[in-house]
Amino acid sequence: MFLNLNQIKKSFFVSLWFMFLTFPIMVIRVNPIEKIIEWRWNNLLLVGVGSFLISILWNYMMQRRDYGSKAAESGMEKVPSMHRLMHDKRIYVPVLSVVGLITLIFPLVFSMYQTNILVTALIYVMLGLGLNIVVGLAGLLDLGYVAFYAVGAYTYALLNYHFGFTFWMVLPIGAALGALFGILLGFPVLRLRGDYLAIVTLGFGEIIRLILENWNEFSFGPSGIAHIPRPSFFGMDLSVYSATIYIYYIMIALCLFTIFVVNRLQDSRIGRAWIALREDETACQAMGIDKARTKLTAFALGATWAGMGGVLFAAKTTFVNPASFTIWESIIILCIVVLGGMGSIVGVISGALVLILLPEYLRAFSEYRMLAFGILLVVMMVFRPGGIVSDVRRTYQFKGSTRTKS
Amino acid sequence: MNMEPILKVQNLSMDFGGLRALDGVDLDVAQGEIVALIGPNGAGKTTFFNCITGIFPPTEGDVLITPPGKKKSKRLNGVKPNKVTEKGLARTFQNIRLFANMTVLENVMIGHHCRMHSGILGAVLKGTSTVREEAWVVENSYLILEKIGLADVVNEFAKNLPYGAQRRLEIARAMATDPFLLLLDEPAAGMNPHETEELDELIRKIREQEKISILLIEHDMKLVMSLSDRIFVVDYGRKIAQGTPDEVKNNRSVIKAYLGEDIDA
Repeated sequence: MFLNLNQIKKSFFVSLWFMFLTFPIMVIRVNPIEKIIEWRWNNLLLVGVGSFLISILWNYMMQRRDYGSKAAESGMEKVPSMHRLMHDKRIYVPVLSVVGLITLIFPLVFSMYQTNILVTALIYVMLGLGLNIVVGLAGLLDLGYVAFYAVGAYTYALLNYHFGFTFWMVLPIGAALGALFGILLGFPVLRLRGDYLAIVTLGFGEIIRLILENWNEFSFGPSGIAHIPRPSFFGMDLSVYSATIYIYYIMIALCLFTIFVVNRLQDSRIGRAWIALREDETACQAMGIDKARTKLTAFALGATWAGMGGVLFAAKTTFVNPASFTIWESIIILCIVVLGGMGSIVGVISGALVLILLPEYLRAFSEYRMLAFGILLVVMMVFRPGGIVSDVRRTYQFKGSTRTKS
Repeated sequence: MNMEPILKVQNLSMDFGGLRALDGVDLDVAQGEIVALIGPNGAGKTTFFNCITGIFPPTEGDVLITPPGKKKSKRLNGVKPNKVTEKGLARTFQNIRLFANMTVLENVMIGHHCRMHSGILGAVLKGTSTVREEAWVVENSYLILEKIGLADVVNEFAKNLPYGAQRRLEIARAMATDPFLLLLDEPAAGMNPHETEELDELIRKIREQEKISILLIEHDMKLVMSLSDRIFVVDYGRKIAQGTPDEVKNNRSVIKAYLGEDIDA
């Protein structure tokens, strides 16, 4: 029972209060030319009804949340429904096959525009999964992640411009350079944590961008590098249309590869060491984990995916300039990880799809994009602080001293 | 049998700026012993632990270990904490420092970290050696939890355990690093008498069955007196007494440190 009289009364007063607050700007309009005052009473009604409904909804959600946390405290917590679905074979097998089928035929059914959007989203899935290693698993707040993305993109652009390297040659080089820069960033920040780490990584991201912007001889400055070839298909050059489809399939394959690797990593010796590092650095060291090495592997492996994503980005847009690698990109990728659910692969994927696809399909409301973004984040943090799909640790079943995995 | 003590600390001093937290402390632990380190609050006990386990490099003095079965002793000064653990000294913390958002089993699995070898490539490719190693870790972690009495909560999050169980999980995690000496920093802090009794049994069991020697800091005198073979007492960073529980109990300077000076004396 959630809709009692008390709450209706409370919501009613909330709406009254909002009508009063917004009265001057929503209702009165002074027309200085004709010197008349317009009274827009229907706006008042809209504000009243709107705030009343939102207030009721808010109360209801709050109640549900409190109920949920009480259940968790008393140990009655059920396995989160999302997670139950993910582990029920009858559900996830058909869902996965449908999703797989759709992704396979997507570019053949939908237009090039749609495919392009999805490729962008997939690049962000990869970036999100990479940053998830650093932020979600190892707990190192990295605000300069876009730097590695830029490194990847410029690796392809420059190696192609100067030496004519092809996409497939550069892809591993981009990944390796990403990892190298990850380690380069990792060394000076080994001793830092939390806010301090965030500030230094933020600075690192800006340094890379500023170098690209100002070192004209090296990176051609703000004008960027154009005419980067799309990936060729066994030596054949493809038309723009088929190249887009080709990139789409490459991207799907790379995403699957990323998911595979990250999934293997997070339940391995190294993955556990990352999580331990996130939970308690001192205890982690006292348990025999080399802190420096674990941090550096996290930075390096996280940056690897950004490097690859960068190469893909350069190949997709055929043009790179520093404007694509601003702090804003880092923030978006971080939002993907936080909103999706730190440490959870499914969460990060859904976070990337929501945050990249929604703005594309809601272009009509693009003026309100930032507003919607902010509201979404606040609401998420209030009701689902763990993200869309929160991380659940692997469990083991034991009978006597023998073990069966679950 | 006259063996080298497995842990021998000589003239250990630690300065924090102008403050001398430890001043020439000597201590030794023999194979199979339970040794207690006691002293009033702020005496420098935890600093002593931190110096031994590598969290602080000591200003002066030597920390020498001679692992059982080895003849040569090694100097531990300035060695990083993870290397100290690798060499066979495992510790617990005064304020519980578990990996709260990991399961009980995973906490113990982390303890095995330095005894494992699989790297990034191994984790991704999942070769036979990695699979075997993982199976071994899970099995062994479960065995340790069985010994400690936490086998029924292996899949709980560490943060959801009751306080006494968290303390015991810390010991289990430390045991997973396969140590020859266990350093327990106030293992009974905050426990009720019943839990303390269980802890007493557990520590004895660890010594008898696992052949692990124990050095512990503790304020619960009943536990200290019943468990320890020898006791070292520190006050203001200095060692003021050492000996068997009975000797220490009747030592004048120990009584003075704990109860204050008698006005008439």
